Amino acid sequence: MAKRSLEPILWLLFSAGGVASALLVPILVLLFGLAFPLGWVSPPSYEHLHAVLAHPLTRVVLFGVFLLSLIHGAHRFRFTLYDGLQIKHLNELINLFCYGGAIVLSIWAGYLLWRLA
Amino acid sequence: MSERPTYTEYHPRWLRSRPSTYWWLKRRAYLSFITRELSSIFIAWFVVYLLLLVRAVSRGDASYQQFLAWSRHPVVMVLNVVTLFFVVFHAVTWFNLAPRAMVVHLGKKRLPPSLISLSNYGAWVAATALVLWLLVWS
Repeated sequence: MAKRSLEPILWLLFSAGGVASALLVPILVLLFGLAFPLGWVSPPSYEHLHAVLAHPLTRVVLFGVFLLSLIHGAHRFRFTLYDGLQIKHLNELINLFCYGGAIVLSIWAGYLLWRLA
Repeated sequence: MSERPTYTEYHPRWLRSRPSTYWWLKRRAYLSFITRELSSIFIAWFVVYLLLLVRAVSRGDASYQQFLAWSRHPVVMVLNVVTLFFVVFHAVTWFNLAPRAMVVHLGKKRLPPSLISLSNYGAWVAATALVLWLLVWS
């Protein structure tokens, strides 16, 4: 049997992450990065935010968005290093750093969201 | 076939010059390509930022207030302004590219590319409204 390449799956996850992050991240940056800190909009109360985050559906969606966005970022950053800096000889190290980082952060995300009951 | 082909012992150097490390500064299209590529770093940063928020909320009100105070720090704010630029750039270029990645045929007709772009932008508006409704309006 021919050796199957992992690349198509990585590209698929990259696309899924591209969509997920494009849909949800801009508004979250606008709110949590600018509007709340600058006081344009008052931030949600602790009770409200906790209730929203602790809802099982929110946690499942957030985990998906985090996981896919991280893989998306890792995949794209891998090619940034590959094309941008032309450091092809370090391929294995770059892959380990990018995908390894995404996996470690995803596990952390799963742990944090799981605990948030 | 008595003559054996002769090979030059040392292959002449290919006439190819290695592109400069700064090749992406040469054209606008290259620059926007690399800007899109760099958005990956800022997406990763913001996932970490949101994870810190989730952690703060799981620890209680005091931790949440501490997170909000930290989010007002000038360095964090500047980083997030830059992040906003990159993620919006990512989103817009992503949705504009969608019709080329997704060619939908209905019978023999191809759905017009603008329809696919528009539906993507529609989904963006819907997702944004949902987040606003969950966090601001309710």
